[in-house]
Amino acid sequence: MQHKRVIFQGRVLPYLLVLPQLVVTLVFFIWPASQALYQSVLLEDPFGLGSSFVWLDNFEELFADPGYLNSFKTTVVFSLGVTALSMGAALLLAAMADRVIRGATGYKTLLIWPYAVAPAVAGVLWWFMFNPTIGVLAYALKGLGYDWNHYLSGTDAMILVVIAASWKQVSYNFLFFLAGMQAIPKSLIEAAAIDGAGPVKRFWTIIFPLLSPTTFFLLVVNVVYAFFETFGIIHATTYGGPAQATNILVFKVYSDGFVGLDLGGSAAQSVILMLIVIALTVVQFRYIERKVQY
Amino acid sequence: MIENRPIVTLVTHVLLLLGVATVAFPIWLAFVASTYPAEGLVSGVLPLWPGDHFWENYGSALSGGVEAAGSPPVLLMMANSLVMALAIAVGKIAISIVSAFAIVYFSFPFRTTAFWIIFLTLMLPVEVRILPTYEVVANLGMLDSYAGLAVPLIASATATFLFRQFFLTIPDEMLEAARIDGAGPLRFFWDILLPLSRTNIAALFVILFIYGWNQYLWPLLVTTDESYYTIVMGIQRMVSVPDSEPLWHLIMATAILAMIPPVFVVVAMQRLFVKGLVETEK
Repeated sequence: MQHKRVIFQGRVLPYLLVLPQLVVTLVFFIWPASQALYQSVLLEDPFGLGSSFVWLDNFEELFADPGYLNSFKTTVVFSLGVTALSMGAALLLAAMADRVIRGATGYKTLLIWPYAVAPAVAGVLWWFMFNPTIGVLAYALKGLGYDWNHYLSGTDAMILVVIAASWKQVSYNFLFFLAGMQAIPKSLIEAAAIDGAGPVKRFWTIIFPLLSPTTFFLLVVNVVYAFFETFGIIHATTYGGPAQATNILVFKVYSDGFVGLDLGGSAAQSVILMLIVIALTVVQFRYIERKVQY
Repeated sequence: MIENRPIVTLVTHVLLLLGVATVAFPIWLAFVASTYPAEGLVSGVLPLWPGDHFWENYGSALSGGVEAAGSPPVLLMMANSLVMALAIAVGKIAISIVSAFAIVYFSFPFRTTAFWIIFLTLMLPVEVRILPTYEVVANLGMLDSYAGLAVPLIASATATFLFRQFFLTIPDEMLEAARIDGAGPLRFFWDILLPLSRTNIAALFVILFIYGWNQYLWPLLVTTDESYYTIVMGIQRMVSVPDSEPLWHLIMATAILAMIPPVFVVVAMQRLFVKGLVETEK
């Protein structure tokens, strides 16, 4: 590991300096995580008096449970929806903002602030707009002949949470896409223009391919966001319903553990989620290593 | 711009304005809803222009009129959110900067081990280890306290990485000069590293403040006492009142109030915010 050529001498001081960080990490991160790992191979009896070691039974049970598999599928649909919608919209807006000469800063300011809105609040705002009795959007949809009701229709509820989650994430993607586009040398684009390529052609043959590192990075970040940071949106609005239609994995860990009190099952779910985070982090870091070599 | 095509430019601006409108529309509606009396929001469709109950609604939200809606006064919840956000931001920066200092400027046994233990926190978001973390906090008697709200969230691999990365770019001559002048490690940290890290600290602070203010799951778990509710979770309590229609005018007033501090921070400190966002993702 990299460090300085010139360093300080010290026997006790460096330990004192890393101590606070290590204590917090051990007590609130490593210890709970190892507890989850431990509980995931135990089966607690119904009265909470004792527990027995059951190997990987909890995991087998989990993957045999249609409810869990369904939650997996829901999470995949949800993440794909959020990633596609928020990245697509952000890419379009960034491409436009990149072309603008006057007012670019103004547009930027007006587009980035939803980042500061809490996911739960974003969820409640859209929940209100789509409210079947008083919501403006539900009313407009009724005018178009569609009877919107997210209390009854699972599809409607899913669309609602996808829109709410994407709305909040567009600003983040927009910032990174715009920065990526502004880093592309203008001479490349001018050369293409001289060769007769129009704006659309230039975007798809020059700008978009050169953006691929940014796009890939954002892909990972958005999947992580959809998997782990959207708990508030689900909890504050649909609560996983109707009929499990929006019961994504992070929400299921919570509801099985805190509401259903199924300790072993919830711990097994935690372990699977940890594996997913680790896999995503590895992907992200490998990609960053590659970028350094360019 | 490379060529002059008025139509393309027009389309560009139209699309951008549409984007801005889509982004702002939910907030506008929330604001409109927060200016009507309760009866105006029970049936029929919401008007698109604000009503005349702005002062009544915000006044009652701030001073405790939301109790009927199922939560403590908004002013109290905002104070709690502020305490939590500040404690998380300051705590994270403080413990990260000193541990990065130790890792970069000292050579000690288990240095690499310490680094990897810190790195592991990157892989363990609260959401994936809620139940055991809750048990730890409960056993330590930290439920329903500010310490319980903030301390478990202040370990941060990203902040430590950021400072480590930055310290590595500081030329060695700086340290040599300080040593010749007789400065010890703490003196060097306080008089040279800290002032040099000012922009990084500020950028990180903006990001972490928003992160802390918007926490949702954690306060939901560790607080049962209403006097420790934070505003973001308080809104959820108001939406899910049993046996009655939610009081939308007060909920929306609260939502607007909950958004003001973090949005203000982002808009007012845009440059630092963008810097913080880009750097923490490296």
